[in-house]
This record gives sequence, structure tokens and C-alpha cells, in this order.
Amino acid sequence: MLTRRGVLSATGTGLALAGSGLAWPEFSGAQAPGVELSPGVPSGVDSYASLEMLPGKKPLIRLSDRPPNYEAPLECFRTPITPNDQFFVRYHLSDIPEVDAQTYKIEVGGEGANGQAKLTLEDLKKMPAFEVVAINQCSGNRRGLFIPHVPGVEWGYGAMGCARWKGVRLRDVLDLVKLKPEAIEIAFKGADGPAYDKTPDFIKSLPVWKAVDESTLIAYEMNGAPLPHFNGFPARLVVPGWTGTYWMKHLISITALTKAQGGFWMKPAYRIPAGKFPMVARFVSQEDATSMPITEMVVNSLITSNRDGSMVKAGKITVSGLAWDGGYGIRAVQISTDRGKTWSSARLGADLGRYAFRFWSFELNAKRGKNTVTANAINTIGQTQTSALIFNPAGYHNNVMQNITLNAN
Amino acid sequence: MLPAFAEAQEITLKSGPGLEEVEDNCAACHSLAYIPMNSPFLNAAAWSAEVTKMIKAMGAPISDADAKAIADYLAKNYGT
Repeated sequence: MLTRRGVLSATGTGLALAGSGLAWPEFSGAQAPGVELSPGVPSGVDSYASLEMLPGKKPLIRLSDRPPNYEAPLECFRTPITPNDQFFVRYHLSDIPEVDAQTYKIEVGGEGANGQAKLTLEDLKKMPAFEVVAINQCSGNRRGLFIPHVPGVEWGYGAMGCARWKGVRLRDVLDLVKLKPEAIEIAFKGADGPAYDKTPDFIKSLPVWKAVDESTLIAYEMNGAPLPHFNGFPARLVVPGWTGTYWMKHLISITALTKAQGGFWMKPAYRIPAGKFPMVARFVSQEDATSMPITEMVVNSLITSNRDGSMVKAGKITVSGLAWDGGYGIRAVQISTDRGKTWSSARLGADLGRYAFRFWSFELNAKRGKNTVTANAINTIGQTQTSALIFNPAGYHNNVMQNITLNAN
Repeated sequence: MLPAFAEAQEITLKSGPGLEEVEDNCAACHSLAYIPMNSPFLNAAAWSAEVTKMIKAMGAPISDADAKAIADYLAKNYGT
């Protein structure tokens, strides 16, 4: 069966099929070179989304090209490390320069610091290096699956990735300028900016406690290679456990603040309703009576071995996927084949660290006809995924348990 | 033999009153792909709020007349 979603363009091969009613028998089901969107995204996504290659990238699902917003297809999540050329791309603003590594500098200072510093890429590489395997997930990953839909970039499952990041500790850089006791936040700015000068520049801040955490890095390597341009070359912030909004790309300035950063991208953007989510990590200086900034990721999982509605052979099959959380670590992944009546534990794969994707697999006996598989991840502090969406108008933190159907014959 | 198809690189929006204002204003800063992507689930008030957000929060220099034409176009062509 040829669906509209199966026939969108694939730049990689130079093939494109547009319009409706065109039969192309080789393009069918999971083998289609066109884009397969996550089930449930708004129908309008179909009209533009397609597999496209940005320079240095394999085909990703293009949702917009200016600014570039590209998510990774499901197949990219069959291993706990996401290759650099399949790592998703997300920008808010359209003016994105090619940063020259030779002239690149990070300026460090601010009223909450006793000094100032300018660091080149070479300076960073001379400092003690640390590594962390950590997930970068867009706050709005799975926004497109919200019911009712909410406006924004209508991401499916793929606005996330996990890499081994190498760089310097942010706290070592902050030590160079000696924070004052009254410093409460550290603000970050990247080299990219708005297309129009009245648009608020993308500036984000972290509470000092998170900025000086030993795992928070300024990374210049990703999976053993320089960062791809579209993932923040030559250096970006890595904030393990926290959503991607804080992971400033093309980092050029670090400013210690003695009062809360007041820009658009801290408030009203990137807020969640107060008290609705089980957040442990708090960002108190940015909280108000009704809302708080999004911080750590919620516990979640994704079935990646099979797409919803796909065909399998009846008999023993292995279903697998990934699980993750905000840095407490995955304790278990529970699988149900009877829509939640009974649950069994999946086998967990290698532990790459508490900030990393955790691979899991589960063997089940597929009977002829329809089989349902539901996955629920549980972290070490007892948090689980939700069975019903926790609605919020910005479309964040969607960790509703996935429920897929496999057709066995 | 496969027919030749053009690459669907550029977004083509539905024609109608207000399209010119949409192309002149919205496309200055971002891809028009955001419009069909956010459809069809916003009502007229929600589309109008999006236009207001672009002006008030994002600083878009859109005249009142254009803003109304844009909101009406979006509601009619990409609304619920």
C-alpha cells in the first residue's frame, strides 16, 4: 500500500515522487525511501516534511529549512549512541554563521564574576579534558503527538540523540574568572542570531549549582570527532540530564549574573506549569507563582525495533528500544502485551552512564494477527512514564507510554 | 520508466487573499513551512495569537492591516 507519507522526496537518491494517485510498487511499507513520520503528528506536517541531507549529514526528516529543524528517523535509535551525521538539528533563529575555529573565542565575565577571560579553542584544548555520554533531547520532542495539538515545531519521536561528549568542565572555566558569592545564574549566548535585529537573541541561563556540576561541559568533541556545524561547532554547552534548550551551540559568551536573566527565551518561552511535573531539579531564581522553567528530562522510552503497524513473523520475536531519564538512571523497562494488565521486565543493555540512552530488549511470542506492545521505563528514583498526557500549552515533556501494534503472519 | 518529478524544496502555500502579505512578512525571518506544519488544528483566535506573538514577542515589523490580512488568511486556509 502506497501512502502519501511513503512517497515524499528523498534528496539523497535524487528521487522524488509528488502528487497523489501515483503507483510505484517498489516504494512500499518500511522499505520506502521517503519519510515515515511518527504516527499522530498533525496532517499538515506531511505537506513539507521530507528526508533531506544537510551538509555533513545523512538524510534527516526536514520540518523546516530556515531555521533548520531536522529530526532523526526511528532507525537512528537502534543503538544507544547516535552517530554525528544522524544527530538531530534544531535552531530557533535563522542567521547561522560558519564559525572559524582559528578566530573562535569565548568571552567569560559578567557582574557576578571578579574577572574576565577570553578563551580560544586551543585554550580550551589545553585545559583538563572530561567525557560524558549524555542525551540531548529537545524540550518539545513529541510535541506533534499532543492531543489536542499545540503550535510549535511539530516534532515526532526524533528530536533527540545521545553522544559521547568531550570537553572542559564549565566550572573550570568559571574558576578562571572567580564567581562572586552573589552570582545566581550563568548566562550563555551562541554565535547564531536572529534574521531581524528586533527579534530577541537566543540567550539561556543556568542556575549556578547546575553550571558548576562536574558533568556540565563545554564540549569540542562529539563521538571522537569535532562537532558537526549543525550541532554547534566548534564548541557547545553540554548540560547532562537537562533538555536541549540549555545546550547552547557555537558558544561565544558566558556571563555570571547577580539577578535572573530576563529575556524572552527564559520567560515566557520554555516554561512548564508549576507543580504539574515531578521535577527534582529546580531553577528557583526563574520560578514564579504559576510557572517554572523546564529543567531535567522526564523518564521515557521508545520502541525502535519495529514501527507501529509493521508486519512480523508469528512466533518468537525480539522487540527492542531505548530508555532514558533526567540523569537518575534507568532501573527497569516494563513491557505489556495485554494493554497494561500484566507487565514483564525487559533485559537492559550496557550501562553507558546515568545520562545515556539505555538499550533494552524483550522476547515475546507473537501470535497470528494483531499483537500490542506497551513499554514503560522506570528510573532509580521511582518515576515512571504516564498513561495519559500531562497537557501543557508549549508541548513539553511528552512521556506517554508508547503502545504499538505488530501484525504477525 | 519513471516520470521526472521536481524536488519539493520550496513550500507552496494555498492561494487566496492575504497570501502576498504572508509571503512578504513571514518569509523575511522563517520558512513558510511553519504554516502547513501547524495545521489544521488552530482556530481563528489561535492563528491571530500566533501573529500577535510574532509582532509583540519576536519584534516583527508588521503593519496592523497586514497583520489582519495574515491572520484571516491563516484561519481560512490553515485553520480548523
